[in-house]
Amino acid sequence: MNAIAPVLIITFLASAVEAIEMVTIVIGVGATRGWRSTLIGASAGFLVLAAIVAVFGVALSAVPIGPLRLVIGALLLIFGLQWFRKGVVRVAARGLAGIQVGATRDAEIWTGDGIDWTAFVLAFKGVLLEGLEIAFVVVSVGASAGQLGAAVIGGGAALVVVGALGAALVRVVVRIPRSFLQLVVGILLCTFGSFWAPEGLGVSWPGGDTAILGLLAVYVLAAATNIAIERRGAHRGKINVSLGGATR
Amino acid sequence: MRRVASWVLGFGRFWYGFIIGDDWIVAVAVAAGLAVTAWLNAARVAAWWVIPLVVIVTLRLSVQRSKRNTKH
Repeated sequence: MNAIAPVLIITFLASAVEAIEMVTIVIGVGATRGWRSTLIGASAGFLVLAAIVAVFGVALSAVPIGPLRLVIGALLLIFGLQWFRKGVVRVAARGLAGIQVGATRDAEIWTGDGIDWTAFVLAFKGVLLEGLEIAFVVVSVGASAGQLGAAVIGGGAALVVVGALGAALVRVVVRIPRSFLQLVVGILLCTFGSFWAPEGLGVSWPGGDTAILGLLAVYVLAAATNIAIERRGAHRGKINVSLGGATR
Repeated sequence: MRRVASWVLGFGRFWYGFIIGDDWIVAVAVAAGLAVTAWLNAARVAAWWVIPLVVIVTLRLSVQRSKRNTKH
């Protein structure tokens, strides 16, 4: 009995950290690109995850997660950096107030008939990698404590609680102006990608998982600096144009 | 056969758009950054700072390039 509570708490907290990353990616991509393909991608990620867990079971800890972190991290980083740039340029050009004007053009929301593969792939990868990490936590903590059942409950509960919190936040997220949302999601994808890809190469981060918060702070500062530089440049351009007109 | 070819073409186009996008500098910089990270890590030198630095520098370069492209 005594061993059950610590296993429950440890797996719940460790899984909650991974679940927050998973839910952040799914909500960010869904709100920016559209929900249909994002949810299909997330469901496909869960299906593949369930198949992997069913096949490997407790032997899951033997699956090499390093290469997976490297590939998924690098792809998220490349794609996130492109959204990061677009978000900076758009917010610098129009500010926060003017972004909702012409939102459909800004939004990059998929308007085609079929699947939006970009949303599908982003959601699929986020769910698969984070889901695998939750499964690793559950298996390693549960097996080493001899309390696999309690570990499964802890991990599952974290996923349900964080998922429910994310679902409750969707209404708030969809109200955020789309270009600003693109900037936020770009920063988040860059943050996770910057953390996972080097980790996949065997790099140790100072502070472990809390380094994600440090990366996030650095990228928010970089966004603010770039937006300020771009705005100052645009303001100077306007002054030069008006001065040129006055001398003519 | 034509259907398979169009599927392969579409698949290639999707990954080209996903990785290269509208600025190839981003993919090249990230690949180079990861190569340097792997090299430093193999030499047992702290390498966690490489990718954040690459992101900050590439972001600035890419913002400037996108401005230049819209002007022309």
